[in-house]
Formats: sequence, C-alpha cells, structure tokens
Amino acid sequence: MKNLPKVDAVIIGGGWSGLLMATQLGSRTQLSVVVLERGGARKLPDYLGGMDELEFNVRFRMMQDYSQETVTLRYNMRDRAVPIRQLGNFLPGTGTGGAGEHWGATCPRYVADLFELYTKTVERYGLKKLPEDHAIVDWGVTWDEIEPYYTRGDKLMGVCGKAGNIKGKLIEGGNLFEGPRSEEYPTPPMKLPYAAALFEQAAKSLGYHPYPNPAAALSVPYTNPDGISRPGCAYCGFCDRFGCMIGAKAQPTNTLLPLLEKQKSVSLRNNCAVRRIVFDKNAKRAGGVQYIDANGEECFQSADLVILGSWTLNNTRLMLLSGIGEQYDPTTGKGAVGRNLTHQVSAGTQVFVDKPLNRFMGAAPTGICVSDFDGDAFDHSNLPFIRGGTFRVAGTGFQPVVSFGVVPPTVKARWGSEWKKAAIEWYDKVAGIGFSGEHIAYKTHYFDLDPRYKDHFGDPLLRMTIDWRQNELEMVKFATAKAAELARAMGAKAVIGPPSFERYDARRYQSTHVQGGTIMGKSPETSVVNPWGQSWELPNLFILGGSTFPQNGAANPTTSVIAFTYRTADTLISRYLKSPAALA
Amino acid sequence: MRRRHFLVLSAASVGGVLVYSLDRKVSRLCAQDRPGQAKPVSDKSGGKPDKSVQSKTLRIPLRFFTESEAALVAAAASRIFPSDDAGPGAHEAGVVIFIDRQLAGPWGRDARRYTHEPFEDGLAAEFGYQGKATPRDVYRQGLKDLAGFDALPPAQQDEKLKHIEDSVFFTLLRRNSIEGMFCDPIHGGNVDMVGWQLIGFPGPRMSNVNDIDKHNGEAFRPKPMSLSQVVPEPVRPSEEQTRSEPKRKKTSA
Repeated sequence: MKNLPKVDAVIIGGGWSGLLMATQLGSRTQLSVVVLERGGARKLPDYLGGMDELEFNVRFRMMQDYSQETVTLRYNMRDRAVPIRQLGNFLPGTGTGGAGEHWGATCPRYVADLFELYTKTVERYGLKKLPEDHAIVDWGVTWDEIEPYYTRGDKLMGVCGKAGNIKGKLIEGGNLFEGPRSEEYPTPPMKLPYAAALFEQAAKSLGYHPYPNPAAALSVPYTNPDGISRPGCAYCGFCDRFGCMIGAKAQPTNTLLPLLEKQKSVSLRNNCAVRRIVFDKNAKRAGGVQYIDANGEECFQSADLVILGSWTLNNTRLMLLSGIGEQYDPTTGKGAVGRNLTHQVSAGTQVFVDKPLNRFMGAAPTGICVSDFDGDAFDHSNLPFIRGGTFRVAGTGFQPVVSFGVVPPTVKARWGSEWKKAAIEWYDKVAGIGFSGEHIAYKTHYFDLDPRYKDHFGDPLLRMTIDWRQNELEMVKFATAKAAELARAMGAKAVIGPPSFERYDARRYQSTHVQGGTIMGKSPETSVVNPWGQSWELPNLFILGGSTFPQNGAANPTTSVIAFTYRTADTLISRYLKSPAALA
Repeated sequence: MRRRHFLVLSAASVGGVLVYSLDRKVSRLCAQDRPGQAKPVSDKSGGKPDKSVQSKTLRIPLRFFTESEAALVAAAASRIFPSDDAGPGAHEAGVVIFIDRQLAGPWGRDARRYTHEPFEDGLAAEFGYQGKATPRDVYRQGLKDLAGFDALPPAQQDEKLKHIEDSVFFTLLRRNSIEGMFCDPIHGGNVDMVGWQLIGFPGPRMSNVNDIDKHNGEAFRPKPMSLSQVVPEPVRPSEEQTRSEPKRKKTSA
C-alpha cells in the first residue's frame, strides 16, 4: 500500500456535489483538497462528435460500467437478490462530472412541505392516513432554511424559468404550487417545441396552471456569480444522456471544473476508486481513505476531513463496506445505515396526435409542467393515497433508435410490413406526457450488502430491497387518468398509458433519482448524518447528495443536491473548521 | 485465426455501403439506385439495376458471422423490417453489416454487462436478462435453429419467426434491426441514411435554435447529415476501438 502525503480534506466523488464542495473549499479556505473520482477525465471538447445515438443513448457510453460493479435487487427480505446485469431502471454516471454530465438538466425544487412530511401529513389528515409500514420522517430542515441555498444553486447553473411564488406573492404563468422563492429565476424560460406548446394549451383549457419546466440549459448566454460564462442552448436534441458540446447545459465540467483548474490547493485524481473510509472507532475519527489508483496500485490518502460525495448507491455502499455505523435491520428497526431507500414513480403516457411534431429538435429540460397534483396541492381526504407529482411534456430531442416503433393500440404487429408502415406513419406524431411522482419511504425498503455477488475488486455488491406498494399503484392510477384527460385535450387520436406498476421493474427506466441509505435526521438512532450532512458517528466525515434525503420528491433532485451541498459547505467553513467537533 | 468470411452482395441491390477493406481503410461503394426509389429486390434475381453496376458485386469482409450466418441474418432482418411499398428496409440499410460489427465489438461480448456467477433462472422478467449467454452466443445458437431459413418463401419465413417471437434471440434481432436501420452510418447500418429519410430524421444537426418554436404542425425536414459530415475530426465508434478503458489490476478484498 502506497502512503500518500496527508492532505486537509479528501473528497470522494467528482460529480456535482463533490466538485462543488471542492470549489467552495478551494475558494474560501486554505485547505489542501484532493478529489478522488473513480472514472476518467472529461472536458468540454470531448463532447464534440458525441452526437451519436447508438453510442450514447443506446449503449450508454457515459454511464457506469456494469461489468465492474452493479447492484442486486429483491422485492422482500425473504427473497434472494439477483444482480441487475445491465443498465435499466437508473443510469449512474462515471467520470469527471458523474451523472451531472449526462443529466437532463431539469431543475425544479422540492415542494416546501416535503422537508416536514411527517408533521404536515399528520397535521392535515391524522396518523391513520399514513400508509402501512411507512418510514416517513421530517428531515430536520425547513423550507425557509434551505431556500437561500436553492437560489444559490439556480444562480450557479443559470436556471431558466418563471417563478410562480415570490415571497408569498403568487404569479400567474409560474408554478403556483412551489414554496416561496426569494427571487425570480436567473434566466427566462427556454423556447418551446410544438408538443409542449400543445400541452400548455390543453392544460389551460382544463383549468390547470401550466408553467415552463425549470431548466439548466440556458435560454440566453449567462455569466454566473463565479464568473463562468456559458452560451444559450442550440436545441440540437442530443441532450439527456449526452454531454453538451457547447456547454449550454450546466455540467460540472463546464460550471465547476474551470474554477478548480485555477485553484492550486485542489487536485482532482481520476481513475481512483475508493474502497474504504479508514476510521478510528474509539477516537470517533475518520483518518482517510483507501483507494485503487489508475495504475491499479492500492493507496492510502490520509486526511483530517473526509467528504463522501458520490452517488446515492456508492455513498451507502462505502459506509457499509467501511463498517461505519450500524446496518439497518428492518426486523428490529435498529441501525441507521441503509434506511429509507426510495426511487421515483415515473409513469409516462404516449399521445398520438395527427400532426407532425418535428420532435428531433429540442433540449431535455425545455417543456411545460403541470403541478396542480403535486405534493399535497390537492385534497387527499377521499383518495386512497398520499402525495402526488408533476406532469411534464419535455422537449427532449427524440431519436430514432429508441423512439421508432411506437404504434397506436389498434396495430398489434411488432415487426413486418404492417408494423413498419404504421411506425413510419406515427413516428413524428407521438408526444409523451411524463408523470414524476413522490416515492415515500417504507420500513422494509432498504440497502445492505449482498451476501453472494461481488464487484471486480472482490467487494460485496450493494443490495436493494424494494417494490411498489399500494400508495404508488393508486397514485399511478390517478395520474394516468389525469394524463389521459390532458391527452384528449391535446387532440389525441389514441393514447397508451404506462406499463404495469405491479412490480418494481429493473428493465424500465424510472429515473436516476434513487435516494436514501445515509439519511439526515435529528437523531443518531434513526439517521446517519445530522441536518448539516455531518456523520453522527465520525464528526470529521460529511456526506453529500441524494443518499442523505429521507424521502423522494417528485422533483428531479439535482437542484436539491446542490442546495444541500452549499449548506453543508457553509456550515463546514463557518462553524466546523473553527471548532472541529459535532455540530449542535 | 478464423477463416475470412465475406458477405457478397450485388452492388445494384444496395444503396451504398461503407466497406472496411483489409487495410482498414474506409471506402464507399455506391450503387446507382437512390434510396427511396430503390425497388425491393432480392439478392438473386434483382430488379432492374442500372447496367453500369449490374455486374458489380460487393465483397464485404465479415468480422463475426460466417457467410451462411450472414445470409440468415439478412433474410430474417428483412422480414422484421421489410423492403416494401412503404420504403427501403433492412436490406438497403445494411442491417446485417451493422449487426456483424456490433457482435464483433465490445457489445457483442458483453464487455459492459455484469457477468459474475451464479446465473439464476426462472426469475420474473422484471429482473431483466439474467442469462449467461452473450449476444454472440445468443446469435450463434439462434442462427443454428434457423438453418435453411434464407431459402424459404417469405410467408414461411414469417411463420418461422412467429414461433420464436418471444425468444431472447428474436428480441435481440428485432432490436438490432431497428438499431441498424436508424443508427448513424458510422456504425455500418442506415446506409446513405435510408432509415433517416424514411422518417424525416435529420441526424446530428448542430443547431435548431431558429426553428424549435416554429413550423408548428408542419413537417420540417432538413436534409439529413451524418456525423462524419458534421464533425471535422474523424469519430471512431466503440466497435472500432480495441481498448476502451485502462484495465485495472485485480486485487483481493
């Protein structure tokens, strides 16, 4: 094992949260910082020549290599889990920028009451309304506390949109159902493709309140508070699952990397896979990390401060592999690591219209949303579920390999002349109404280490125990009926609803927004970190990202990940560094 | 080393094919038929090809299939995505060449799939493909079971494919046929962008900023361009790369 010279801080993971923390420490402190990223280096010029659907959208060149590591899945504690052998239900990234490079750049905030989900739900509906076996908790943070950090995140990325609530004042044309914002979006909404424009009209005709999807692909050129300038989006359509070749879509490589390159106190090491956080249990102190470097050599990086900022699954797995804290056991309810595994309820409806939509044009985050059925915006007293979600017609550029072949329900063939003819006829006339719903936490949905399957280093894989429950089934049923109404108002000739939600499906993309495992909370008994992201177990260990979120919102989480990272950075710099101990 | 196999096609029957010669230089062989006008023609009889190319045949080096396997794949892909009055199909697009290259490349050998044992069978479909067989294995076996398929009349071919409709092999073949129809021509399919022209997809178009919110309800169909026409630097697809990432040393826990 190679012992490397000690640094002040080591950051695990070079995505949005890890690199944001690195730029904060690099610009606001004198600390020496090392970022360890398991994947390769990436820069803006790499994406020129990347407009290749097969490589990026089908073979997933930017994603985690599952031959090296995956996760196992089972539906309940009695089953044996099997590995998810190919990318499907989520698409984890790897390399500098992580999934923040290939993301869709949709930037809504969580609804305000999500942070106090237990209290607010019980207040309005009583204890009886909570689903059986739920693990709903408050986060230990309120909307008012986190809002300023959301605003900083929006400015960092130059998020485009139209506010619907500024300091309590409702504004038509924006999202009326979101928490009050302190100010308007930094940039105006993006241009709309035709399908989204049709959806907007349809939603209005039904009395809903459509608004532009908050987007981190710029509508106009923008310079952020760090002095980083990016151009407006070209609507090329090669967006989600691709890297942006002009840097219009906010990605860590175009928003944070240029800053890091100027910060001499920070270094980024690529192809470095962290296998353990080394710690002293008695001293309650993390001592550094053990990793395999680009040459395959085992290294030890000693550090005073360890920041775990990789993706949800990797954060949780590294805690379990390192043996920090107690593994959660759903039978006893003891232990905190692995709790509150949630995904997202994504249910799409396909709408066949009789007009060409020119849907090769677009950007993943442009589009129109309807949040009239988000969170608790509507009364659930007489509904068989709690919470809700957002409907969205996104303007993502449709590409033919993944989009060809969708035919109206009257066509039964899936190959041959009849199918081909119908698929050509309808190719450019299908719009998708997406629904993204909240996924609440349950006591029996959790992470632990798989007893059978290992990664390419020989370490156990992470195991997910998860399935859909009644709450999700009912929510999807409700949302699908609403989506069908919206589709008819768009002039649909035919509609295809989402596939069954009877079972969690590893083949079907839900979102890459898996969360939980190292959740934040007010008590070390039931959470891994405090509401500032500091480990209860080891005060010099901080955890960033979706693994710390106790519940899953309907909103895409990146903006929230960035907001909480800023909050942790502020706390760390202004409080922890002055007095390195457990924060109270 | 395996015997070198070639796919032999009449030049008149294809819109144009990118061929990698033995020295790995790319050359384009073009027939006179223009995509969209090309009549459905079979390899043997031919339609009414232009005289200047009638005698030409293309010998396309195969990387994975044997000649007879390639003939089976070509025949089956042509039933999945036929050449008919709705336009050109798998045959004109060079789907078989595309599949051959994919199977020879990293995807064909499952370079990015988790292939650790044990492989469990009898699981619900929701767990995704759990088999041990790589795409190469699936094709090799699937094609064995299709022996003689290319000699059957179309109706019998369809009958045979209906029997295997739910198999892993057919699912893969159908998916790969669509890929070969609509991928960037850099991968050996979608020759001369025949697939894109069928559906009005313009390929990698750098900017739509002046068109995105216009043309509402009207078909806007810019002329297709492929990646090699758009990007100044040559792009090497993954199936042409010998190594993707630095291989790490194996270490024990």
